[in-house]
Amino acid sequence: MGDASSPPLTNKRRVATTSLAGCFGCHMSLLDIDERLFTLLELVEFDRSPLTDIKHCGPCDIGIVEGGICNAENVHVLREFRKNCKILVAIGACAITGGLPAQRNHLDLASCLQEVYLTEPGLEHGLIPNDPELPLPLDKVHPLHEVVKVDYFIPGCPPSADAIWSFLTDLLAGHTPRLGHGLISYD
Amino acid sequence: MTSNFLLDGEEVPFEPGQSVVQAALAAGRYIPHLCYHPEFKPHGSCKVCTVRVNGRTATACTLPAQTGLEVASVTEEINGLRHTLVQMLFAEGNHFCPSCEKSGNCMLQALGYDLGVMTAGFRHYFPDRPVDASHPDILLDFNRCILCELCVRASSEVDGKSVFALSGRGLDKHLIVNSESGRLEHTDIALTDKAMEVCPVGVILKKRVGFAVPIGQRRYDVQPISAQALADAPRGSQAKHPCKSCEESP
Repeated sequence: MGDASSPPLTNKRRVATTSLAGCFGCHMSLLDIDERLFTLLELVEFDRSPLTDIKHCGPCDIGIVEGGICNAENVHVLREFRKNCKILVAIGACAITGGLPAQRNHLDLASCLQEVYLTEPGLEHGLIPNDPELPLPLDKVHPLHEVVKVDYFIPGCPPSADAIWSFLTDLLAGHTPRLGHGLISYD
Repeated sequence: MTSNFLLDGEEVPFEPGQSVVQAALAAGRYIPHLCYHPEFKPHGSCKVCTVRVNGRTATACTLPAQTGLEVASVTEEINGLRHTLVQMLFAEGNHFCPSCEKSGNCMLQALGYDLGVMTAGFRHYFPDRPVDASHPDILLDFNRCILCELCVRASSEVDGKSVFALSGRGLDKHLIVNSESGRLEHTDIALTDKAMEVCPVGVILKKRVGFAVPIGQRRYDVQPISAQALADAPRGSQAKHPCKSCEESP
């Protein structure tokens, strides 16, 4: 369980982040807060996140999840986040609406796999991956709120660094985050 | 002598034949709306302009302005209803803003921003609605249709062509094209038609002009829809376009 099981020695808020069926674009946008990262790191410490390489989420104040739910592993990770995080935040179009991966929702999953791995031109001796290590894809892609309760949403593809900063500073200060015109964006 | 009604406790002047939405916009007061268009007979279907009038809810676009009306619009209750309506529209269609050419110019999206809609909230319906790309100059993306009937009204009332109609009921209700094949290429729609201009979302799109204006510099990126609607609205005595449904009411 990493070092998350030991109680934090500081009064910093503990934050976990992950990308499920996403592209890490929202994480890139988080990094886009640039020098404000130094201010952020005075206020928070990271638990599971691509920034720490901790593999499992421990007890946290805030969990930030990018990407929708497209396979069985996504469901397990999301449930682990919900179980451990006091506040769960869905970030980006995919986490909130299913986004780009959900564009397959009106197609049959088997025919999708067949098209990609078997019948696509240029594929010879193609094979639909069947390794037991690979998480099984779900029939449909789902936004996070269809699987667990989500406390806050930051829309955008990705949300701008300013939107993420505004949200995080409000939340860490104990205010209800509100994104006004120019910061709330679905595209 | 001008007549007045009360909108959120303040007097709004009106002229005979004006609806509550028309009088409010003319007086510089915004009431959120989606299927209402100043050039067309009000439709009253989207319900986003719902207000509380003398204790009852009514659509402000079909409600004739009258002396003695006490209209409540900007209240937590009414904006909460509007918020839910917009959420349901997002959950019912396939509204994938990041890949939509209408993003930034879309009234549904802009209303979402104004009402603080951060999530559709409901379970997404993910309907199967294939696009019609048959026409050489026009793309129809039914995924985004909110059934406002503005294209139906524009095509029949202004263009005299009746290219579009709504078919089915309830969840099966959908936009159809009036040709034997059901495809747009077999209609006489033209790029200059009024029906090409009125879609509030990204269903009816001109081909080969996509993303000419970059995302971030578009109509509702520049200012919120509440401010844009007032900037567009005719003011005071200019706002004389008659409201037919009001004239027809007793």
